[in-house]
Amino acid sequence: MATLITESNHPSPDDFYERLVATHRGLSDEESALVNAKLILLLANHIGDPQVLAQAMTAARQGIGDSKSGGAV
Amino acid sequence: MKTYVNPVYQYTRPSELDRPGVRRPVVVVGAGPVGLAAAIDLGQRGVPVLVVDDDHTVSVGSRAICYAKRALEILDRLGCGQQVVDKGIGWNVGKVFFKGELVYRFDLLPEPGHRRPAFVNLQQYWFEQHLVERAQALPSVDLRWDNRVVGVSSGADEVEVTVATVDGEYTLACDWLIAADGSRSTVRRLLGVEWEGQVFHDRFLIADIHMTSDFPTERWFWFDPPFHPNQSTLLHRQADDVWRIDFQLGWNADPEEEKKPERILPRLRAMLGESAKFEIEWASVYTFACRRMQHFRHGRVLFAGDAAHVVSPFGARGANSGIQDADNLVWKLDLVLNRRAPDTLLDSYDFERTRAADENILNSTRATDFITPKSAVSRTFRDAVLALAKHHPFARRLVNSGRLSVPAILHDSPLNTGDRNEDFARGPGTMMPGAPAADAPVTGPAGEWLLEYIGGGFVLLAFDAAIASRDVAALAADDIPCRIVEVGGEPRAGVVALDDRQRLAARRYDARPGTVYLMRPDQHVCARWRSFDLASVRAAIARATCNR
Repeated sequence: MATLITESNHPSPDDFYERLVATHRGLSDEESALVNAKLILLLANHIGDPQVLAQAMTAARQGIGDSKSGGAV
Repeated sequence: MKTYVNPVYQYTRPSELDRPGVRRPVVVVGAGPVGLAAAIDLGQRGVPVLVVDDDHTVSVGSRAICYAKRALEILDRLGCGQQVVDKGIGWNVGKVFFKGELVYRFDLLPEPGHRRPAFVNLQQYWFEQHLVERAQALPSVDLRWDNRVVGVSSGADEVEVTVATVDGEYTLACDWLIAADGSRSTVRRLLGVEWEGQVFHDRFLIADIHMTSDFPTERWFWFDPPFHPNQSTLLHRQADDVWRIDFQLGWNADPEEEKKPERILPRLRAMLGESAKFEIEWASVYTFACRRMQHFRHGRVLFAGDAAHVVSPFGARGANSGIQDADNLVWKLDLVLNRRAPDTLLDSYDFERTRAADENILNSTRATDFITPKSAVSRTFRDAVLALAKHHPFARRLVNSGRLSVPAILHDSPLNTGDRNEDFARGPGTMMPGAPAADAPVTGPAGEWLLEYIGGGFVLLAFDAAIASRDVAALAADDIPCRIVEVGGEPRAGVVALDDRQRLAARRYDARPGTVYLMRPDQHVCARWRSFDLASVRAAIARATCNR
């Protein structure tokens, strides 16, 4: 079973982070939300593995809102 | 309406008002697509069937217009498929637009060698009229118009039905009652049975217009089109140059106002252009829900179609699943009536068709959530999918304007005999036990398509295998007989021989010389083996009829 990588997997973490923030430069909140959604869809398709995606969704949701409804939907 | 005049079917005074009636084997409530399909199937089997309907005509308005390949194949077995196909408009291709640009195209029947197209569009009134005409031609079908059910009492041995007419009330006794009386089922209400599900907070306008146009015969769906911003629109062609246009209106729209021509015309002009010439045939504003009864069998009452389960219209899974309900139910009821099977066989109707309903509700709910997002973030993801779909193929598979009706695969049914041979292809699209029979072109004594030789009763389909004459005779003489169809065989007594001239039947059934398939009366695969064995076939028939 494939497992979500949670150790650092970026060759250059700071470069990635700078680029992520820069991608949103000059956008309204609404435009940013759309860019984020597209980004998630592109990356999720690249990963493909439903188990990895479910683990990522659970991890992202952890500690936010009702913890019982976190994770895959 | 310009293109159709509803027929008026004659009420006649029921004899039960004057003298006690005979007990009926089956009474069907509702002469819609599902009740009529059940009645025709029973009538073809020689079962006397009485159909009561609270009206005296077919559907008012076009309502269900998309009939799927599987429903057409069932109608072929019921003797009225060709009439529906001839009158209807066949189509296979759907297109999805976002903000006026094409983002996704799908072909629902990408391969040749099938008798029927993926879909035929036909107004429900035409569809029902063809079924009424077929039912009227069967001597054992009795259609009673303007006969309204007002009481149902279901006992251990019989069902008592009270029926109201203009001349007064009368009571009928029957062994079995089929409730096919629609989403507002009177029978369901009279029995006090609840159903559960989800109501969607959105409104849609249906406008049927009469128009001569050179639009292609395809299903076109727009998300957020320039002519109807922020909402969706669906276009379908129907018979007689009638076009169905379905506008999403949103939950706050006023249904009475939106039905008025002065509100509809500007919407149509914006879509079709100022110079388009058309007339409104029929309009309706609707909301919808997805729900089903927990069980479709309640003792001697069997619920089918919208009476048992409802879905959103996106995907054409309403009438198409109801016709599959009837197809699934009637052969079982016939065996139970003839004491060839215990009534527990009817529990398999409940098992198989509640699962099918769940599949339809799942698909329909997902489509509705895509078309009508329930939150801002859901809307953002939806728009992101549509924006990506133009350039990125993966996103096109996420676009959901309705996953169109496909037949249920009864893969976990207790009536199936599991594969003993491990080398059969399995999974969706294969002929695994529970799958509906794939069609293929053949040459034979009675028709040019494989499905014409399967169904009604049990059929053993043998590929390049000559079944011994004593086994052919033994299966024909059993209590529940089984006909033999040999693909690639020589015609002889008791055997229908077919020539698989394009080798498509063998390919679609993953067949090798010697492979045999046992097909149920409703054309679903029951069991399959790499070689024939009489005892195995008999055991599979016994299993499929709850006789073991």
